[in-house]
Amino acid sequence: MSLEVKDVSFAYPNGYVANENLHFTIEKGERVAIVGQNGAGKTTAVKLLNGLHKPTKGDVLVDGINTKDKTVAQISQYVGYVFQNPDDQIFNNTVKAELEYSFKHSKLTDEEINRRVERAAELTGIQQYMDMKPFDIPYSIRKFVTIAVFVALDTPYLILDEPTAGQDINGINRLAELMDILQGEGRSVITITHDMEFVADNFSRVIAMANKRIIADDSARNIFWNNDIVAESNISKPQIGELAEDIGSDNKILFRHELLEYLTRL
Amino acid sequence: MSYIELKNVSYRYPLAETDALKNINYAFEEGKLYGIIGENGGGKTTFCDLIKGLIPSFYGGDLTGEVFIKGKEIREWESSALASTIGYIFQNPFTQISGIKETVFEEIALGLENLGVEREEIIDRVTSVVRQLKIEHLIKNNPNKLSGGQRQRVAFASIIAMETDILVIDEPTSQLDPKGTSDIFEIIHLLKEQGKTILLVEHKIDLIAEYADEVLVIKQGELITNGKTSDVFSNVNLLNEGVNIPQIALLSNDMKEQGKPFDTFAITRSQAREQILKKGSEKICH
Repeated sequence: MSLEVKDVSFAYPNGYVANENLHFTIEKGERVAIVGQNGAGKTTAVKLLNGLHKPTKGDVLVDGINTKDKTVAQISQYVGYVFQNPDDQIFNNTVKAELEYSFKHSKLTDEEINRRVERAAELTGIQQYMDMKPFDIPYSIRKFVTIAVFVALDTPYLILDEPTAGQDINGINRLAELMDILQGEGRSVITITHDMEFVADNFSRVIAMANKRIIADDSARNIFWNNDIVAESNISKPQIGELAEDIGSDNKILFRHELLEYLTRL
Repeated sequence: MSYIELKNVSYRYPLAETDALKNINYAFEEGKLYGIIGENGGGKTTFCDLIKGLIPSFYGGDLTGEVFIKGKEIREWESSALASTIGYIFQNPFTQISGIKETVFEEIALGLENLGVEREEIIDRVTSVVRQLKIEHLIKNNPNKLSGGQRQRVAFASIIAMETDILVIDEPTSQLDPKGTSDIFEIIHLLKEQGKTILLVEHKIDLIAEYADEVLVIKQGELITNGKTSDVFSNVNLLNEGVNIPQIALLSNDMKEQGKPFDTFAITRSQAREQILKKGSEKICH
């Protein structure tokens, strides 16, 4: 069981090429961060994973099924995509209705749907907003509403597009906990983010993109300590890593406890 | 004289059961950069809306106490005069773009047209600001078809072009990559150097530590802490209040707890670097 992207290129109908020769596999239960410059093609790439875009060259296979042979609605039962801008996704009158909407054509019992909706609300911390209008709640919470939709749907693969944007420390911690729980259940989470500390803290595998292509697919440590990749993809080391480099450490330090150990041994 | 002053300010949104801002007193000085931090939903954006004059004129609700902008109470300001004094960069760039203009150039010019700026002057200002923000290649694009990061730059450009004395900036870099973020902060720093007074809401705490002169922490509508940036962040207990603390400040605290404190408590990378290199050379000398 995996998401396979095989030599995929994608061009928009107007001819603009947004992705070139993407090639990677994401296993079931794996957690991957996608980082890179604005306009590198990150969002286009993940839209290929859930069939919103179909490759113009190459194939995307979801558990062996080619996305070209299925509709977006069919694939989205397997691959949930949480939009970058929650306002592009939300359209119901209450938060609860937004979560329930995806089960409109579901064969599940009402009890099961209720159970899933309640659990998703709890895991994303939005219980207190369930009866409110989505546009009356803060942007950062609205993002959790859109995440909750797919947590309830229980898709085996979940894509989060910049979930960290605008989140405070509580929101960041809630995201990290949520990803742990989903991974514990064997679900894969693919996250686009510009928050480098969040990447270092929560992802062992990182895909770096620049200029429509994948330029590195490696551990967070190797990516952050490869200055060519950091420069080309417009990312940065987490601050502790930058400081470690400033003072001439070559131990690929990323975390505070590592730097502390290095400094107290000096 | 204070540039912006709040006296016993409380505010409640229409139909709300509790105050969104509770008895806030604060005096902002001209030419400083203020970081406004704290949990989401705690009142940071409401605070910005207040300074911008959107409260209560746009949102309604009950405002008590007084807000003085350049010595004049906010309820006495004409909204057009306020618009040419205070620029406001919204939190969500998807909201800020007007949606009615077909090119980025026209979008940036829109605010200036509304202020009645001469045509030649508009062209000059827009041309200079797109260069400053590195979006020259986008000027003929449709603003509604830009990426999140591009929209954020266009939103920023629209406000800088207005050349207001005060800038209220609500999370200007939430959609930007790290390089784009540091570009924006360089511009914010430059604006401060030009004498602008800046109120900045930002979750990227490392950047607040580096650029803000003073920090205000707002929680549940109250101003719970304020002071010089270095003083605020050397209190790591703020973590318990839902306030993120820069990793470098936490490192300084770790060193203190290990009995090897830095001579001065570092909150930024360059301060820590200086302290560590100093410690290293002391060791070699002895």
